[in-house]
Amino acid sequence: MGEVIVITSGKGGVGKTTTTANIGTGLAKLNKKVVLIDTDIGLRNLDVVMGLENRIVYNIVDVIEENCKLRQALIKDKRYDTLFLLPAAQTRDKTSVTPEQMKKLTEELKEEFDYIILDCPAGIEQGFLNAIAGADRAIVVTTPEVSAVRDADRIIGLLEAKEIKNHQLIVNRLRPDLIKRGDMMSADDVVEILAVELIGQVPDDENIVIATNNGEPLVGDNSLAGQAYMNICRRVTGENVPFLDLEARKGLFGWLSRKR
Amino acid sequence: MKISDIFKRKSSSDVAKDRLKLVLVSDRATCSPDIMQKIRSDIIEVLSKYAEIDMDNIDINITQMDTEDNTGKTVPALYANIPIKNMNHTSK
Repeated sequence: MGEVIVITSGKGGVGKTTTTANIGTGLAKLNKKVVLIDTDIGLRNLDVVMGLENRIVYNIVDVIEENCKLRQALIKDKRYDTLFLLPAAQTRDKTSVTPEQMKKLTEELKEEFDYIILDCPAGIEQGFLNAIAGADRAIVVTTPEVSAVRDADRIIGLLEAKEIKNHQLIVNRLRPDLIKRGDMMSADDVVEILAVELIGQVPDDENIVIATNNGEPLVGDNSLAGQAYMNICRRVTGENVPFLDLEARKGLFGWLSRKR
Repeated sequence: MKISDIFKRKSSSDVAKDRLKLVLVSDRATCSPDIMQKIRSDIIEVLSKYAEIDMDNIDINITQMDTEDNTGKTVPALYANIPIKNMNHTSK
């Protein structure tokens, strides 16, 4: 029986889709059977981040309206045989799906996959309610900014109201240089404010931009962000992995100065 | 600004933390600034019937306090510090 995890944030642009793509790909790397669902109907993007935009034939609304079989709408990943994407519809809106239909869909996928990961749209309206309907667990993504943390707090409140008690936090786009000089909240600061369990801290890494350009999630590569995402995946599976030192490996000069 | 102020200045991340803590308290209490203002003026109005209040030093806020069952959870609480200049004994 698989686990349904929703990746959510409240605020837009904090990295939900990138996080979904990397966690999904990372779990597939760990030999898990994974399906990613883009629930952002009307504004789909997980397909381009995964580099699968040219393979879409059917989408989630087709499945729900029974225009096709579930199997037909699942797109197999380019690199991993155990990773699939169920894309959102682009020409419809959030009201094309109800929470009950979403729940039924995830229940069906649970039979076959180890992890069902839902990329939630920004906001707290219908799209959000659809995405969390069948979720066993939530991962809340935020950045160390006042606006994003405030929205994360609101989301956590709504998750608790919907009885999704199993939720953890990812603090994304951390800049160790800014944190050091006191101009950015650290992951610990954010955790202290939100009083929630931390499952990942991801540095602001230019390799993310490059990976998104190429449509190939970087999880598990040598970059700091790639390592951070891989650690998150292992924590998702229940492994106890220490947090990365984000200060480490900042080029040759950083390396030299640390050696002193 | 004195030179010592430069050293004492709060870092912007501390400012962010403080602002967030305050905004979250009112968010979590679902108490908007408008309502808060009304609560403040109503309290002052009632108290003014009985006492002369030091209007410059009033502090009325929604904050968090620990629940009594020691579970580490917090609940919203109304904190009010209202200095009184004089009791009105006219209504005796």
